[in-house]
Amino acid sequence: MNAVADIAGIVLGGLAAGTVLFIVSVGLSVTMGLMGFVNLAHGAFAMFGGYIIILAMNRAQYSFPVALVMGFFGTAALSVALERLLYRRLYRAGELDQVLFTIGLIFIFIAAITIVIGSETQNLQLPPYLGGQLNLGIVQYRTYSIFLIVVGLLIALGIWFAFERTRIGGQIRATVDNRRMAESLGIDVDRLFTITFAFGSGMAGIGGGLGAEFLGLDPQYPLKYLVYFLIAVSVGGLGSVIGVYYASLILGVLDFVLTLYLPKGGTIFIYALTILILLARPQGLLGRKGL
Amino acid sequence: MSKRTIAAFAAAMATVIAAAGAASQAQAQDVKIGLILPYTGPGGALSPEMDKAIDLYQKLNAAQIKPYKFTITKRDSKLPNGAAAKIDAQELLTQEKVDVLTGWIYSPDAIASAPVVTAGKRLAVIMNAGTSFITNLSPYFVRTSFTLWQSSYVMGDQAAKYMHAKTAVVAYTDYPPGKDALAGFKTAFEKAGGKVIDAIPAGGPEATPDFTPFFQRAKDEHPDVLFVFVPAGDQATAVVKTYNALGMKAAGTKLIGTGDIVPDELLQGMGDAAVGLITVHHYNADLDNPQNKAFVAAWKKAYGPDSTPNFTSVGAYDGMAAINHAVHATKGKIDDGAAAVKSLEGWTFASPQGPIMIDPQTRDIVMNEYLDEVVKGSDGKLHEKVLVTVHDVKDQCKMLAIGPCAPKK
Amino acid sequence: MSVAVSPPGEASPAAAGRNPAAQILIRRHRVRWWEPLPWIVGIAFYFAAPDYLGFGCDLLVTILFALSLDLALGYAGIITLGHGAFFGVGAYAVGMLATYNIWTEPITSLFIAAAVAGAIGFLSGLVLLRTTGLTLLMLTLCTMTLLYEAANMAAAYTGGFDGLLSLPIGPVFGVFEFNPLYANTQYLFALGVLFVCFLLVRMLVYSPFGQSLIGIRENILRMHAIGSPVRRRLIVCYTISAALAGVAGALSAQTTAFVNLAALGLDRSATVFIVLILGGYGRLYGAFIGAIVYLALEHFLAQVYPTAWQLGLGLLLVLISLFARNGILGLGDTLWQRFGPRRAAP
Repeated sequence: MNAVADIAGIVLGGLAAGTVLFIVSVGLSVTMGLMGFVNLAHGAFAMFGGYIIILAMNRAQYSFPVALVMGFFGTAALSVALERLLYRRLYRAGELDQVLFTIGLIFIFIAAITIVIGSETQNLQLPPYLGGQLNLGIVQYRTYSIFLIVVGLLIALGIWFAFERTRIGGQIRATVDNRRMAESLGIDVDRLFTITFAFGSGMAGIGGGLGAEFLGLDPQYPLKYLVYFLIAVSVGGLGSVIGVYYASLILGVLDFVLTLYLPKGGTIFIYALTILILLARPQGLLGRKGL
Repeated sequence: MSKRTIAAFAAAMATVIAAAGAASQAQAQDVKIGLILPYTGPGGALSPEMDKAIDLYQKLNAAQIKPYKFTITKRDSKLPNGAAAKIDAQELLTQEKVDVLTGWIYSPDAIASAPVVTAGKRLAVIMNAGTSFITNLSPYFVRTSFTLWQSSYVMGDQAAKYMHAKTAVVAYTDYPPGKDALAGFKTAFEKAGGKVIDAIPAGGPEATPDFTPFFQRAKDEHPDVLFVFVPAGDQATAVVKTYNALGMKAAGTKLIGTGDIVPDELLQGMGDAAVGLITVHHYNADLDNPQNKAFVAAWKKAYGPDSTPNFTSVGAYDGMAAINHAVHATKGKIDDGAAAVKSLEGWTFASPQGPIMIDPQTRDIVMNEYLDEVVKGSDGKLHEKVLVTVHDVKDQCKMLAIGPCAPKK
Repeated sequence: MSVAVSPPGEASPAAAGRNPAAQILIRRHRVRWWEPLPWIVGIAFYFAAPDYLGFGCDLLVTILFALSLDLALGYAGIITLGHGAFFGVGAYAVGMLATYNIWTEPITSLFIAAAVAGAIGFLSGLVLLRTTGLTLLMLTLCTMTLLYEAANMAAAYTGGFDGLLSLPIGPVFGVFEFNPLYANTQYLFALGVLFVCFLLVRMLVYSPFGQSLIGIRENILRMHAIGSPVRRRLIVCYTISAALAGVAGALSAQTTAFVNLAALGLDRSATVFIVLILGGYGRLYGAFIGAIVYLALEHFLAQVYPTAWQLGLGLLLVLISLFARNGILGLGDTLWQRFGPRRAAP
């Protein structure tokens, strides 16, 4: 075996982890950029979607694609309900109350899942066409990881395209830039919030399911990876899809490499890097200033 | 006084004396046991296995327990960092005034409880925690479970001799049992002519990490075997999964470990990915001895045909047997900790895992270790096949007096 | 409103008596009749519940930690989920000094812990307090996780995940030993330390410095406009808060004779945050009420129904964020205003 294959293995492993991070966090970036709401409970939606997907496949024998769709819409529906009933009341509130509220939500989710399903880790049974290894010429690597990287890229391009080229994307960008102006132009900001929140949470749900292979899926999920989601979003820049894509991939590769070479505490460099970046550019790499 | 009054008075006195006699009789027969297990947190899936074993012991051995009665008070030790376990030990001793302490799945919990146990002067039977030096921390500790040195030392020895492996990489969870597993394996493997080319700390016991980077590193080093220790439970499933997902078998590296990576209750769920895995452990549910056959049959009858005991169940079962022996040997005065400990020194028992003994010098368990391979049986289910039996294995760390295993002066 | 300002140089109490602002401050400093009550209860607890002193120690440490967070969050408005950084630093300072037998005297160890934690607080405050909002939240969080990983990396010294066990803590005043089974000496020691720290915080909060902090929290632009040295005040406040959190951590290590990575974990930080909001932030006694209610509920409910406890806590937090933003004390205030005796405006 050669060094190229080893390096390729490391890069692919890191990109796969980063892609999972992106799929889960992209929703958070958009909703935080759009609504200015500190939603720490985003990971809880990812967990919820993940459970729908895995249980649909394991217990109800649905196929992988169908389960993903169920995960998306199930999580989106739940988020719409929560947004209408609860989140809405705290849009004008301070950070403190938003943080408190979302921490409370996290606990409710964790407890509910533990009571209804149990505390053991759920295992994703991949369909056979996604298992095993894929021969890429220079290296043979885990098929599922390659699948994820490709899917992540497509999602990133898709969302970016939606933002740049569609009407609703334009409306969202306008509202992120200047909410008052957008409102006075007749854009229904409330409806926009709900739609964006639903979409973001749905994406998170899919991310939770797809990532279960690496990140595992158990009731502690929202707390385990909270800091990573927040780093991806704040370093990438609130409201910037490409920003969170780059940040997630960099974070994924860095984490993989550091854990590989410095298994004990190597991730310290990620936190140091985050602090440096945020001090130099508080709005994130590709975020808009003044957000 | 009239005759009637005297008679009534006598009857009353008789009743009072009889009642007092019965009360003191009941008191002498009641043994309070304090049980410390992680009912919440990562250990939450393991504790029910031990609870079931404890209940099963009392059911199957009701005749042997008489005339005493066990009252068990449970406490949650939560996360495997020892903080809650220490408070639990304190509360059980001071508030509940228990006669015996037992339980402890995670080593950090037992380690943190040691000073409290010594101050409390009561027998403390360790039902699981496997770090070697724990029994040195308090003269009241008696262990009926296992040590990581016992399984990893034998694995290291057999990896070189039976499997003819020359190079090994060790991946272990970074806490005392993991370090013990590394040390035990390395000592034996290198003594038998092998070489450990890398030791990778793979996260902590509190959460299952993504094993991909750790195993990728191991894969890139191309060892003959990858020896893994993780706490039994979710981490074990993730280990087997990642090993297969990275195609390490095809790359020529065999996965071996202590029995913690193939716990009996999770074995069936691992599917074909687990076939061929070689491990060393003191117990698996397929062991072919009369005690185990009866034990497993009783278990399935009580808890369902698909359920199975695992090594933590056996540790708990043997622990209860030890407590029962101590109670009878001290004639109910088990709250005399020193006497209770003394009664267990040299104690032997025919356990479902095979014959066990408590070493009088170290108060630790001596038992058989089995080299197992996972095979698919004719019933389509996965079973453990015993390849080699090593008898009466003592804890090598204490035998060789390495580091903290050396007896305290 | 005309303010009688005394000429500079004339700082006599008589002159201060004429100044309305000073009058208000002096009135606040006066000890109200109910203020000794918590301490009387604390001492009574020692005699009434000798088997629960371990729990009592945990309670006192949490109150002190919450009090330190109150300074930063409640009075200066610095929203941080990473205060555990200073708690952990203090705990490890004591832990390492004791384990390597460098220094085991408990009272001076507390000062050392305060100094180390305060130094880290000062440095991080200097760098981080330029930012606000989400960025500040992230930065404080990252600082804490960075220290966590550093402690993990230096596992040879810090004990890693297992931590440092059976810390040899010297006897208080050379005489009173810490008992591993019955936490009586530890409890009284913790009570004493809490009392001293509380006096310090109380003095600080009712001083002009404390008032300026409230001003910064309420309207930072105005404070800048009137020329108040905002950044300096914030850094001083953050440093003191960090030092106190360090004392809380050190106390925790001393009373449990144990320190591990959990001291630097998100779990502990988030819990103290919840405790403070529950009791009511920006008020002296919020930390007390919040800690007592939270820990008592957790101790008794979590033992019986651990998952139901988490569910209940989550619901409580959601309800508080929606309806009772000022915590229990805030609720108490509202009820008092509605149903209490009518008073003349001060």
